[in-house]
Amino acid sequence: MIFGYHLLSVVIWLPIIFGLLVLATGNDRNAHLARVIALVGAILSFLVTIPLYTGFDRMTSAMQFVVREDWIVRFNIHYHLGIDGISVLFVLLNSFFTPLVVIAGWKVIEKRVAQYMAAFLIMSGLVNGVFASLDAMLFYVFWEAMLIPMFIIIGVWGGPNRVYAALKFFLYTLMGSLLMLVALLYLYQQSGGSFAILDFHRMPMPSLNAQILVFIAFFMAFSVKVPMFPVHTWLPDAHVEAPTGGSVVLAAIMLKVGAYGFIRFSMPIAPDASHYLAPVMIALSLIAVVYIGLVALTQADMKKLVAYSSISHMGFVTLGFFIFNAYGMEGALLQMISHGFVAGALFLCIGVLYDRVHSRQIVDYGGVANKMPVFAAFFMLFAMANSGLPGTSGFVGEFMVIMGAVKANFWYAFAAASTLIFGAAYTLWMYKRVIFGAVANDHVAHLHDIGTREIIVFSLLAISVLGMGLYPLPFADIMHASVNDLLVHLATPKVLN
Amino acid sequence: MDMLNLYLLVPLAPLVGALAAGLFGKVLGRTWSHRITIALVAVSFMASLAIFQDVMAGHLFNGTVYKWMASGDTSFEIGFLIDRLTVMMMLVVTFVSLMVHIYTIGYMQEDPGYQRFFSYISLFTFSMLMLVMANNFMQLFFGWEAVGLVSYLLIGFWYTRPTAIYANLKAFLVNRVGDFGFLLGIALVLMVFGTLDYASVFANAHNYVNDIAPIPGLSVGLLTAICILLFIGAMGKSAQFPLHVWLPDSMEGPTPISALIHAATMVTAGIFMVARMSPLFELSETALSFVMIIGAITALFMGFLGIIQNDIKRVVAYSTLSQLGYMTVALGASAYSVAVFHLMTHAFFKALLFLGAGSVIIAMHHDQDIRNMGGLRKYLPITWITSLIGSLALIGTPFFSGFYSKDSIIEAVGMSHLPGSGFAYFAVVLGVFVTAFYSFRMYFLVFHGEERFGKAHHDHHGDHDDEEASTDHHHGLKPGQKPHEPSGVVTWPLILLAVPSVLIGFITIEPMLFGDFFLDAIYIGHDHHALTEMREEFHGAFAMALHSVTTLPFWLALAGAGSAWFFYMKRPDIPAAIKHRFEIIYTVLDQKYYFDRFNDWFFAGGARAASRFLWKFGDVKIIDGFFVNGTAKMVGLFSGVMRGLQTGYVYHYAFWMIIGVSALLTVRTWFV
Repeated sequence: MIFGYHLLSVVIWLPIIFGLLVLATGNDRNAHLARVIALVGAILSFLVTIPLYTGFDRMTSAMQFVVREDWIVRFNIHYHLGIDGISVLFVLLNSFFTPLVVIAGWKVIEKRVAQYMAAFLIMSGLVNGVFASLDAMLFYVFWEAMLIPMFIIIGVWGGPNRVYAALKFFLYTLMGSLLMLVALLYLYQQSGGSFAILDFHRMPMPSLNAQILVFIAFFMAFSVKVPMFPVHTWLPDAHVEAPTGGSVVLAAIMLKVGAYGFIRFSMPIAPDASHYLAPVMIALSLIAVVYIGLVALTQADMKKLVAYSSISHMGFVTLGFFIFNAYGMEGALLQMISHGFVAGALFLCIGVLYDRVHSRQIVDYGGVANKMPVFAAFFMLFAMANSGLPGTSGFVGEFMVIMGAVKANFWYAFAAASTLIFGAAYTLWMYKRVIFGAVANDHVAHLHDIGTREIIVFSLLAISVLGMGLYPLPFADIMHASVNDLLVHLATPKVLN
Repeated sequence: MDMLNLYLLVPLAPLVGALAAGLFGKVLGRTWSHRITIALVAVSFMASLAIFQDVMAGHLFNGTVYKWMASGDTSFEIGFLIDRLTVMMMLVVTFVSLMVHIYTIGYMQEDPGYQRFFSYISLFTFSMLMLVMANNFMQLFFGWEAVGLVSYLLIGFWYTRPTAIYANLKAFLVNRVGDFGFLLGIALVLMVFGTLDYASVFANAHNYVNDIAPIPGLSVGLLTAICILLFIGAMGKSAQFPLHVWLPDSMEGPTPISALIHAATMVTAGIFMVARMSPLFELSETALSFVMIIGAITALFMGFLGIIQNDIKRVVAYSTLSQLGYMTVALGASAYSVAVFHLMTHAFFKALLFLGAGSVIIAMHHDQDIRNMGGLRKYLPITWITSLIGSLALIGTPFFSGFYSKDSIIEAVGMSHLPGSGFAYFAVVLGVFVTAFYSFRMYFLVFHGEERFGKAHHDHHGDHDDEEASTDHHHGLKPGQKPHEPSGVVTWPLILLAVPSVLIGFITIEPMLFGDFFLDAIYIGHDHHALTEMREEFHGAFAMALHSVTTLPFWLALAGAGSAWFFYMKRPDIPAAIKHRFEIIYTVLDQKYYFDRFNDWFFAGGARAASRFLWKFGDVKIIDGFFVNGTAKMVGLFSGVMRGLQTGYVYHYAFWMIIGVSALLTVRTWFV
């Protein structure tokens, strides 16, 4: 391997370095140079993550590609990196999306190009840091730092109401994060002065009440990010105001860090509290699936609709976690990956329309298929994936979670399976009103179909969606050892009685 | 040659065709697109024939193609189960598909979406084959939803027509309601049996006969719950009451797919599925009873609706609903082989009737209203004869294929003793009259009597549905213009389908129903001996047809056809009078028992209202308005007050200090 010991460091810092390089091109006179450097950086950053997959040892649940250096010796904080079967796919997913976002913003972004591209590259590196951190303080730093580029992206390149949305996004997520910091400090003190996440996992926590408090503190941070009902209302606003690239990364990547937090922190650190509070978590998940699924139905704004659909789909993820079986857990993780592809693709589709017509309102469209047949075909594929059609990635996770849920309680599965109807209803009803029908107005009449640049982006996503739907085994294979280990860990009580 | 490769060839050939026409349609052009897809479907048909021979020689197959996914200790696989039931379905699907592919050249020749259409129907053939060849529940669900997707795409093929894109969304969603049950059934199977593989599930099913389903709050037998949930899936796909509502609307799609998907193959997937699951259904009489009653309701009440339809395709569509009901009744009576037998004969004669209707539609320049036709037999001789054959087969004329299958269903139901079998018997017998009546009403109105076409102004005093359907697609013949027979690509498939519509029943009834054709593919419980009893009374196909003349169904069919002639040829004033006299009944039928109205109002409207309420009240008002922005406001209010206090003037602070000190002193003197 080329980078050996430093591979994970390269994965994190390479995009950030490229981001700084792009920034150095300065103002918009060098816009083209900024784009080229950003694209090269994004592609290289993705390429360096490939050894993580090819070199991954599937037989072990231990952390791999571990890097461990002193950082702040006085508080026993380390620069400690490593990935296991749970985090590896998210690093890849995140790095896969960076080039797509750069290409998608290639022509559309005309103002402050360098800054826009840099923000995405830097964010990509920081998100990799979140998934690869094994030291809680390092995790916390990446976690908070990651907010800043997103805040800027929404606040600078966003829509008319961007300031409200950016603030709401920032405050909402920051409030949750502060409680997580408290929990981390408590765990530091309880563990006898360690910030190593794996030490937290192994640490005895004999008091159920303490576990519950820790769980709730983490819950505040993670549930906002997922987002779970009822702390989801920042997401539709953030999506509506964010530029296309921002929405894509928000949906595809940002939402995943919240769910990741549950299985990296909450559940293994406080397994008994997780079991104890599981009914609440399941209830919130099912409310997300059903209630939000219904709310999505009558949204007039396409981005809001897809945002609500995201919340509903993420309900499957948290449901899968808290039913404590392999189908549910793996289904949830696969759902996270798939949702990345599908929601990312749908936001790109809406972006394509927005670039041309400058409206996200469904009523402003109709009959787009007449003018943009190639686009309509891609959009159809992604809409079907969002409806969970077998053969697309959207089916795999939902199927597995439903299979797992019925083991826990038939009625969980019953409520969750309603997404088969609601998911199809809101997605295809939107599709019908936007794409089908006769040409609705002059704007639609003047549409031109997608070009090569857009076809490349959509093709890559289409291949991912279909590939994962037809052959999900490689995705599932890599996580088996870690998931099994986690399930064993969760089944072992820390509370002694 | 390794047989697995041959098995793979059957579904993959049409898939390659679909991809070629779909992705490279522009490059290939029209001619090459249809050549490639037709050739590949023909390959698929030939391969199916070869497999049929191999299977008849006793070579069955049950194996994995690839491992799709693994989780816990379960692995989910894509695999094939090749037995006689499968291979029969493969032949029916590939043959009808081939006919429809050829026919499409003629039907769609002027359509700008020519290549897209070929791509879709090839993709459909692939999906349907994956469905019937599956050896496990997951792949079944795959194929199940995939055919639903293609059906959706094809109903909405003319995507600029508002009725078409309404119909395809409706079809998809109603099917999803069925799939909702189906998926839960599959989940229960996986939970209880720990595998989704047919063979292992069927082999172990008898161990769970007395188990209660793990559904909190309900005490239902496990197998009953599984079977009913699976059957809900079949109700969606095979358009059984009350999930039948999508099928008549699906006629918005081009006629070739009405023949292929909405008559011959896809809608019979539910029937096939239940037959495949016979080892499970046989263990639950409650489920069988449920199946039979649903089927009986569909068979009879959907037939009534066929009587008053004026759109040629909708008459055939309601007849399809009713015939699917017959098949379902047969399933409920444990006569799985009879259901599958009717499925096969129906596939041929119903595809024939639809393609015949399509031929009429081409000749009529896309006018579908039978009130504007009449006397077409002179102009369309081949269509006329083949449609007559199809109609005769449909109503169960002795010696025609439909006779053998339908008569066997009636007999099987008569021998069933399950709760509900009395009603079911009544429904299927009365249904014979209804079927004959609407079939020949249409036949006479289209092919006989006065020539009503070519009048400049059609008056539409009919049901508002076909007006809607035909507004933008309705040209009709110009005054003085005469219809003429479409070209050979249209008529040859009619002729080729007419042959099995006549003969297939006579030839295959003995091996399929009373011989050992299905071997172990279909399992029948020991107490269900309808078929055994029928076997004792069966003395060959010829004798059966002769004997039928002495039975009630024969005379009912004759009466049905006869009264259709009387009412619509001899005394057309009578139906009009009846319509006036029994306005209420007519309206109820015209409104299709108000199902569409109710669904639109209750389900679609209700969901939208709930959606708006939850959003405006739950999200916007409570969560955002009260909690989120409320918190922000509280913080703002509090800091506003605090800001007001920080004036920066020393005497203000001194004043507050004095107040504070006096307050403290007061507290101290009074309370301590």
